[in-house]
Amino acid sequence: MYVAVKGGEAAIQNAHRLLADRRRGDRNLPAITLEQIASQLSLAVDRVMSEGSLYDTGLAALAVKQARGDMIEAIFLLRAYRTTLPRFGYTRPVDTAAMLVERRVSATYKDLPGGQLLGPTFDYTHRLLDPELAEDAEPAAPEARSEAEEAMPRVSDILANEGLIEEDGSLPEDREPGDITREPPEFPMERDQRLQALSRGDEGFLLALGYSTQRGYGRNHPFAGEIRIGEVDVEIDVPELDFPLTLGRIRVTECQMVNQFKGSQKVPPQFTRGYGLVFGQSERKAMAMSLCDRALRANELDEDITAPAQDEEFVISHCDNVQATGFVEHLKLPHYVDFQAELGLVRQMRREYEERREGAAADTERREAAE
Amino acid sequence: MNAHTDNIAQYNFAYLDEQTKRMIRRAILKAIAIPGYQVPFASREMPMPYGWGTGGVQVTASVIGTDDVLKVIDQGADDTTNAVSIRAFFQKVANVEVTTHTADATIIQTRHRIPEEPLNAGQVLVYQVPIPEPLRFLEPRETETRKMHALEEYGLMHVKLYEDIAQHGHIATTFAYPVKVEGRYVMDPSPTPKFDNPKMHMSKALQLFGAGREKRIYAVPPYTRVESLDFEDHPFEVQTFDEPCALCGGTDVYLDEVVLDDRGGRMFVCSDTDNCEARRAEGHRGHLSGEEAAT
Amino acid sequence: MTDEPLLRVRSISKFYGNRIGCNDISFDLWPGEVLAVVGESGSGKTTLLNCLSTRLLPTSGTVSYRMRDGAFHDLYRMSEAERRFLMRTDWGFVHQNPSDGLRMTVSAGANVGERLMAVGQRHYGDIRATATDWLGRVEISSDRIDDQPRAFSGGMRQRLQIARNLVTGPRLVFMDEPTGGLDVSVQARLLDLLRGLVHELGLSAIVVTHDLAVARLLSHRMIVMKDGHVVESGLTDRVLDDPQAPYTQLLVSSILQV
Repeated sequence: MYVAVKGGEAAIQNAHRLLADRRRGDRNLPAITLEQIASQLSLAVDRVMSEGSLYDTGLAALAVKQARGDMIEAIFLLRAYRTTLPRFGYTRPVDTAAMLVERRVSATYKDLPGGQLLGPTFDYTHRLLDPELAEDAEPAAPEARSEAEEAMPRVSDILANEGLIEEDGSLPEDREPGDITREPPEFPMERDQRLQALSRGDEGFLLALGYSTQRGYGRNHPFAGEIRIGEVDVEIDVPELDFPLTLGRIRVTECQMVNQFKGSQKVPPQFTRGYGLVFGQSERKAMAMSLCDRALRANELDEDITAPAQDEEFVISHCDNVQATGFVEHLKLPHYVDFQAELGLVRQMRREYEERREGAAADTERREAAE
Repeated sequence: MNAHTDNIAQYNFAYLDEQTKRMIRRAILKAIAIPGYQVPFASREMPMPYGWGTGGVQVTASVIGTDDVLKVIDQGADDTTNAVSIRAFFQKVANVEVTTHTADATIIQTRHRIPEEPLNAGQVLVYQVPIPEPLRFLEPRETETRKMHALEEYGLMHVKLYEDIAQHGHIATTFAYPVKVEGRYVMDPSPTPKFDNPKMHMSKALQLFGAGREKRIYAVPPYTRVESLDFEDHPFEVQTFDEPCALCGGTDVYLDEVVLDDRGGRMFVCSDTDNCEARRAEGHRGHLSGEEAAT
Repeated sequence: MTDEPLLRVRSISKFYGNRIGCNDISFDLWPGEVLAVVGESGSGKTTLLNCLSTRLLPTSGTVSYRMRDGAFHDLYRMSEAERRFLMRTDWGFVHQNPSDGLRMTVSAGANVGERLMAVGQRHYGDIRATATDWLGRVEISSDRIDDQPRAFSGGMRQRLQIARNLVTGPRLVFMDEPTGGLDVSVQARLLDLLRGLVHELGLSAIVVTHDLAVARLLSHRMIVMKDGHVVESGLTDRVLDDPQAPYTQLLVSSILQV
């Protein structure tokens, strides 16, 4: 006869053993090393660091390996680790103007101080599958830049010199920057919190939203003012010292979109900005983020909110892929208690429906008999 | 890199760091002070997915101590996979004693059910909550629903019940049935069947609700009024079952339907497996409890 | 009528950037009085209505409302809780487009009953009886009570919206082009109905319309707006029969005789 489903524990253990086996794959092949992942799948590692919001290539590579290449699972692993780390303090804002630039392009100027620097980009590659790559051909060594480097002021600073673009957002002295990982979000959000949420938001979701603004759903006339990729110092203030300490360097991608703005009651006509900053090399994400950031400033800039990308609650509540995947996937957990309740209700309503129908049929018969 | 990987397994008692626990305890205290009010808290990423009980796990992790005895149920049962997984998690990170017996537990974490056996003073029932906002499906905006709670604008809740009656002749909400707590806040009891709603009313146990993804904690302190919304002329009713539990013969308990074959054969058995086993141990028998079932 | 107005409007201005929404508007509204605000689109009449009904905050000016206890309260200084309570009990707002004022996916009965439930009525039978009564008063057959407004014609929707607003016995109703999107024959029937209800219930109302015929039929007094300013105000018959301001003269002469 019926025996309650025992042995959940054993089933789970066995499932995890099988998972570990599948993760290893063909045992005749060498296992992939974290170093290989970090150096050869570095953009995957960058995405995991960025959306996992933890800058650690080694751990991110481990997460990619453990997740069998499932990006969102890897991001989740990194997040779950990050959340257990103690918080020592907050760094100074990174100075992207002082970046050691590896790539820098501007769509708004033909040439500019420091020049355009293509760097390691997929742009202008022909997307033809490369059979040589399948056979481990060694690529030629890259050209190294000559040492003499011109300063590379940010395009936004160039525009700002003329007063044509809004200033960098500046916070009042006494305002602590928000931290969405430590404080519950409250809508409407401040822009610092919003940018944090976007920076770790899902690349695909932001990409689609950014794309939607270009197609007219909340259009904001963007120009890619500048995209720069490179390394910046991470500095922290120590109470006893009167100069900041450098903790190390991280690679980031920054995008500044320059957008038209007609001006408002308080502000003269000028360019406004959408801002994107992410860990590692991810132009797509940084650009999508800056489009979304600008769209979400609709309220601040007195623009009509008509499109999904401008709707703060909608965008911020749904951009986190760790939250999204958890809730979508939780549907596979047992729900049979509630389903039982619904089963009972549907049966009851069907009974009532049949009774009404039979009642109506009997009425008709009676009427017909009486006529 | 190795320095990192070596350290990864170092976690605090009950996983969360003490700072985080203090933050969550403050939220819990506030929730107890304002019964039924959803307190925002800075929910952490947990090592299980959002939607799988991260809120309940954070609440449990913040209130559990070394002397506690933990019971975890999902769908009323101790042995469903997610219950097993969460119980194993706490065994691993807190090394606490676990039990399947409702009466022996000091903390019971649950998804979708309230145990049949009445809870006692000193026990804590921790609910896993997916969507804490009872108004969410009537009004999707957080900014608006918070305002509605603040101003006690709950007319819309009754519009939903009115529609049920107008269409079906009776209220057609079967689970996550909204309640009013201590005459003030309308609260979502989590997706428990409405069968369990009366158990919340004037319960001797402390009831804590954690919604991790939605970052909310709320509470019903012991001996608090919990009233299911209804109309004077269409009072709240719970589900009834036509037959007793096939294993223990229990009535007035919530039953799961188990499909036996593909020809419509089925049986109804207790959803609360611990209660069912206890009754059978006492010698109660249902019509399908053969010797195999007793083993 | 008492010797005090229901609503005192003083110097209401609303600017959108440098553009004027409405500028320096003052008037009193008396109990039982229907005031029409007429003008072309862009004249600022809807901005004014939204300011008066606190759906929009004016740039400057005050509006005070005489509560049921006789005390005047400054609308813009009320707490949101008080304002929202006022909105769903003592006031009504009839939108031009009924779908803005109705819940399109719940039944007609629930649409009418919502305000009752919002103020604490908990007897299904009573709520339904009141809803049935109100549907009758706006000439909607009681066998449509469980139908959703989606299944209603434009005129029925508008009448349902009116019933939904009047069920709590408000003293003041704001209407924004209440006959806007309707056929002429349907308009006439609705105006007739509105006139009857306003008279019967002794309602005060502020009706925004571009249609002088609506003003003629419904209102006692009217103000004419252009570019955010009041160009003329007075008793409706006087303004329409003997317009003083050149703009009003133009407006009156440009339509068919009513």
